[in-house]
Amino acid sequence: MTTSTKTSTTDIPLTAPAPMTPLQEFWHYFSSNKGAVAGLVVILIICFMAVFANFVAPHSPSDQYRDALLLPPAWLEGGNWSYVLGTDDVGRDILSRLIYGSRLSIAVGIVAVTASLVMGILLGLIAGYFKGIIDTAIMRIVDIMLAMPSLLLAIAIVAILGPSIVNAALAISIVSLPHYVRLTRAATMAEMSRDYVTSSKVIGAGPLRLMFICILPNCLAPLIVQATLGFSSAILDMAALGFLGLGAQPPTPEWGSMLADALQFVQRAWWVVTFPGLMILITVLAFNLMGDGLRDALDPKLKQ
Amino acid sequence: MFQFIFRRLSLVIPTFIGITLLTFTLIRLIPGDPIEVMAGERGVSAERHAELSAQLGFDKPLYVQYFHYVTGVLQGDLGNSLITREPVMKEFLTLFPATIELALCAAIFAILIGLPAGILAAVKRGTVIDHSVMTFSLTGYSMPIFWWALLLMLVFSVNLGWTPVSGRIDVVYWIEDVTGFMLIDSLLSDEAGAFSSAVAHLILPSIVLGTIPMAVIARMTRSSMLEVLSEDYIRTARAKGIAPWRVIVIHALRNALIPVITVIGLQVGILLSGAILTETVFAWPGIGKWLIESIGRRDYPVVQGGILIVACIIIVVNLLVDITYGIVNPRIRHSR
Repeated sequence: MTTSTKTSTTDIPLTAPAPMTPLQEFWHYFSSNKGAVAGLVVILIICFMAVFANFVAPHSPSDQYRDALLLPPAWLEGGNWSYVLGTDDVGRDILSRLIYGSRLSIAVGIVAVTASLVMGILLGLIAGYFKGIIDTAIMRIVDIMLAMPSLLLAIAIVAILGPSIVNAALAISIVSLPHYVRLTRAATMAEMSRDYVTSSKVIGAGPLRLMFICILPNCLAPLIVQATLGFSSAILDMAALGFLGLGAQPPTPEWGSMLADALQFVQRAWWVVTFPGLMILITVLAFNLMGDGLRDALDPKLKQ
Repeated sequence: MFQFIFRRLSLVIPTFIGITLLTFTLIRLIPGDPIEVMAGERGVSAERHAELSAQLGFDKPLYVQYFHYVTGVLQGDLGNSLITREPVMKEFLTLFPATIELALCAAIFAILIGLPAGILAAVKRGTVIDHSVMTFSLTGYSMPIFWWALLLMLVFSVNLGWTPVSGRIDVVYWIEDVTGFMLIDSLLSDEAGAFSSAVAHLILPSIVLGTIPMAVIARMTRSSMLEVLSEDYIRTARAKGIAPWRVIVIHALRNALIPVITVIGLQVGILLSGAILTETVFAWPGIGKWLIESIGRRDYPVVQGGILIVACIIIVVNLLVDITYGIVNPRIRHSR
């Protein structure tokens, strides 16, 4: 304690270092978390693969090479370097299917997260801003949804609508809705009591302006973190639905349904089962790592 | 205290109504006419259609139908399966012990590994042990468990031949169904080796199902322990010269466990939905596999009833956790 006061009185620098912009400050905290940066890198690679799948993938995901059925990965005996990760039971290149599968997973993630984010923010803002009976009604519905395990609810929704990738994405966005509603509502309620909101109200800002321009930007930090984590659970739930035959239907190259197709070859060809699951694990892990890093970087209470 | 319990109980009623509304609408949202769907490809004549419609109450107004549905549910009547013609409740009750057995073993596995790992990580904060525990738990948390199941099966059942691939017990044993719990029933039977077979069949599914709860418990235990370990009273205890293990186990752990117990209670939902995937992979004859198969067979009363029962179980468990938490921690009881 005493040393710090001493230095501050004697060695005070005349030119203070330029204060960091919020973005620089964020990057400073985010980049100090190695796991988060690793997660970000993996996500960027997967996104690159997804966007440029046509160029990156060595083969088409649906071409069946009848002379190369259940070929092991290239580095094993009997492998072939033109099928790096081997082929499946009808001779499709596994690597190419995984690369095209990333396109699907990322797309479903984006659609599901965006849809639930938009709906969740809207409902949360309304509940937090208007309070009273609207709030109670919205929160009761949210509580009911939270009472069901997300996978079970998703299965119920898909069971009604019929199994398809679009219905699965819809189910996943409905299932993840409650978290966004709760977060937005809590943040809105906290912001509502702040002076800047009162003064905007006094100046004459309407409810829409107050909700979307004054309050919402200040609630974004927890939502960004939740959206990143929502990505990982969307990908995981999508794969689980695909695995249960309720998501993407064959021959779509989706990671979960690839696993389900491979079930009967577990004993003969380990690679057909191992790689799609590894891909799911790596992607989900990357989003979780980045989500943790974002939370630490965006939460002022955890800084220092 | 009674006021607290009463308040929590009153919150359950709207949730229950909401869930019955959901399962009630479920069967009516299926594209097409429910009777045509139930009849399948054979189709039904117009008279039979009207007859069935009257029998199932589809000709009455919706609120009357809903009222009938809820009164049925409250009396334990969830309709009959379209395939087996058995009451849904009866089918559920015969399969439920298998799921409970699996979920209990998974929970025990998760607690036995997760709790000590979390404590160790907190005590050895910043060391290799801490980092590896956190890495493992984050990996476990991100694990697609259906793949994890296949991987373990590939290694331990197919390659090493240590554990059986699927089912609850070897087919050579005939076990009389007394309690529905295979571990107990196999002990009660005089078949030699039946118990060890049942145990062997339980190992992999329990590990798979327990993986995510284990990761959650380890993370929660660690952060809760870290919080408690920085408290003044721990420093006081250490200053008094109490043995380090005693400070950790007796002084810190007891307080750190409060949030952990809540988290353990909240894992029931994860266990039940994880059971759907685990049971499918291991051909475990429980309610998860039953539900998925019914969806495949378009056996809607089973889907409807199964979802309702599972949701109710989770509500009840969450309620019990809430109340226990209120008993353990008076601050929760008095806040609104």
